Amino acid sequence: MDQDCILMSHGAGGLKTYQLIKEIFHKHFANPILAQELDASLFPSAPGRWAMTTDSFVVKPLFFPGGDIGKLSVCGTVNDLAVSGAKPLYLTSSFIMEEGFPLIDLEKIVASMAHTAREAGIQIVAGDTKVVEKGSGDGIFITTTGLGLVPGEIDYSPQHMRPGDKVIISGPLGQHGLTIMAARGSLPVSTSLVSDCACLHELLNPLHSPEIRCMRDPTRGGLATTLNELALQSGLGFLLEEGAIPRDPAVEGLADLLGLDSLYLANEGKAVVIASPQAAPRVLAQLRNHPLGRQASLIGEVTGETPGQVLLQTDLGTKRVLRMPAGELLPRIC
Amino acid sequence: MPGKVKTIGDLIRGIKEKARPLRFMEVCGTHTMAIAKYGLRQLLPAEIELLSGPGCPVCVTSQSDIDLALELAGRPGVTLFTFGDMLRVPGASGSLETIRARGANVIICYSALECLQYAVNHPQEEIVFLGVGFETTAPTVAVAIEQALAHKVNNFSVLSFHKRVVPALQALVSGGNTAIDGFLLPGHVSSILGQEPYEFLAREYNKACVITGFTAEDILLGILMLLSQVENKSYRVEIQYKRGVNPEGNPQALAYLAKYFTPVETTWRGLGAIPESGLGLAEAYKDFDAFRRFSLQLGRKEIPTACSCGEILKGLKKPVECVLFAKQCTPLEPVGPCMVSSEGSCAASFYYGR
Ligand code: SF4
Repeated sequence: MDQDCILMSHGAGGLKTYQLIKEIFHKHFANPILAQELDASLFPSAPGRWAMTTDSFVVKPLFFPGGDIGKLSVCGTVNDLAVSGAKPLYLTSSFIMEEGFPLIDLEKIVASMAHTAREAGIQIVAGDTKVVEKGSGDGIFITTTGLGLVPGEIDYSPQHMRPGDKVIISGPLGQHGLTIMAARGSLPVSTSLVSDCACLHELLNPLHSPEIRCMRDPTRGGLATTLNELALQSGLGFLLEEGAIPRDPAVEGLADLLGLDSLYLANEGKAVVIASPQAAPRVLAQLRNHPLGRQASLIGEVTGETPGQVLLQTDLGTKRVLRMPAGELLPRIC
Repeated sequence: MPGKVKTIGDLIRGIKEKARPLRFMEVCGTHTMAIAKYGLRQLLPAEIELLSGPGCPVCVTSQSDIDLALELAGRPGVTLFTFGDMLRVPGASGSLETIRARGANVIICYSALECLQYAVNHPQEEIVFLGVGFETTAPTVAVAIEQALAHKVNNFSVLSFHKRVVPALQALVSGGNTAIDGFLLPGHVSSILGQEPYEFLAREYNKACVITGFTAEDILLGILMLLSQVENKSYRVEIQYKRGVNPEGNPQALAYLAKYFTPVETTWRGLGAIPESGLGLAEAYKDFDAFRRFSLQLGRKEIPTACSCGEILKGLKKPVECVLFAKQCTPLEPVGPCMVSSEGSCAASFYYGR
């Protein structure tokens, strides 16, 4: 292409749009379904129940250690399917680009999406692009919708949790959230932190069994927020043991300095699994067998005693409530 | 304490042995949060009460100062930068969050340097950094001014609401406040100030004083040291947080403060006007002073609310004793500043207490 950035005419539906789609999107996303070039992609149906999810990605900066908005837009949707018990199969992607956005960055993002999707074994089967005037967007926004298949016996839901069920986390927390803060260049320190951004279905799909009550990926708001949601949805409570929660020393050191709590920081490659007491040891062993779950840990249990609340038993033996956060996470200024 | 390492168990045993009805105030917002986060009140004997002082810079920013910032942010061509915690602090006529939603340019940042960079990239806008914080944050703002000067950035200015800890402590104790027996003095601020500026508390007012760090051990050891001072009636300023604080403080940061700022009278939320308790920009840097640049008038009218922040900051009331606490006043819809900041004592009680 002879220009080096997105122009309004790329969104006008004419030759330029066609060229953009051909030369960037189809080149990287190539697969037989997309190659049909129909208004709607046709794909074979399969036995089981469909799971569908959609998510929009507006991360800043677009490129960060461990990932970029493209990779994130695939992993985020794949993980929402995976924690619902689905095997991810198809993805659609919709791009809103700002006039002037560099094509070289667009191509990097698209290539990264394609690479992540290929590794995850999910096909990108439909897409859309829109261009907005300079100043009315923020570079690029991506929305992905994912479709996956759930095996018949699987039904993960907070309603299935019972007092005594175990809470397992697949690894240490906060890497993504803190990496993004640092990558914005706004922290007073430089770090070697890397986002944990990863697709989790290969870690989670093999766990499937009716003994698993539910799964979640603790993204925005972190583990504390995710468990608060589960507590509210189930009417049960959680009791976590501070000392059992796996920690990343780099995250903890920096979070401490900034006055942040890793239990509230975002993750993009972690899962929390609630399993029956009988299944918990097996689940833990299986998770630890996979590279993405090496540091998995049993961190607490479901209780009937504090409905709707998440309690943390500190290393000192005291208890504190982990509440829903009220807004953005902010470093301290004092 | 003599050089021995003490376990938490030892510390708590020691505290229990020496316990009697006493009230200690932690001055710093980070202490307030740490005490709540580790659940330390559960470990302390009931006789020892911990009060939260005026140590959260967001909490002590007055309603009228917020209104001033709102007025400025509403002017055409002005972009206001500030720390996120300031966003929801209510003035009489709204908050920065509400005027941002109505179209004012308000941007959250983590440092004044970030704001300066934006000024360089947006020469056609007037960029104002709303500075809050104590002696710990003010030197970083001074560095930004130094750089603005060096690079001839002339669309950058600072609306300084920075405050000085010591005059506030002076105001607290000189009011004849007998409710406080000792102070856990702030670790971060003291790393800049050193120990000397607090000596009057011990010397003139017989208050026990320990500069403490932020782990559970730090705070418990600090409390034990306070108890020993009270027991022996030997009031002085001790440094528990030796790994962070030199007795002389940080000369470089102090030099920045002395060069770029000058003490001015300022109004604290809940405490009123306190002489020399604010940090205004020094005369030599008046070009960077947003007050002058935009001819802002201080002393807007304050509208009374039922908020008890003043009493809370003075150690006279606890958050749960405020009639609005957790009812009309929550972190999402704060009435007073103590509920806004993540370091505020009402927010700490809301999140960790109850
Ligand atoms: S609960 Fe709210 S209204 Fe009451 S003192 Fe605290 S901040 Fe003020």
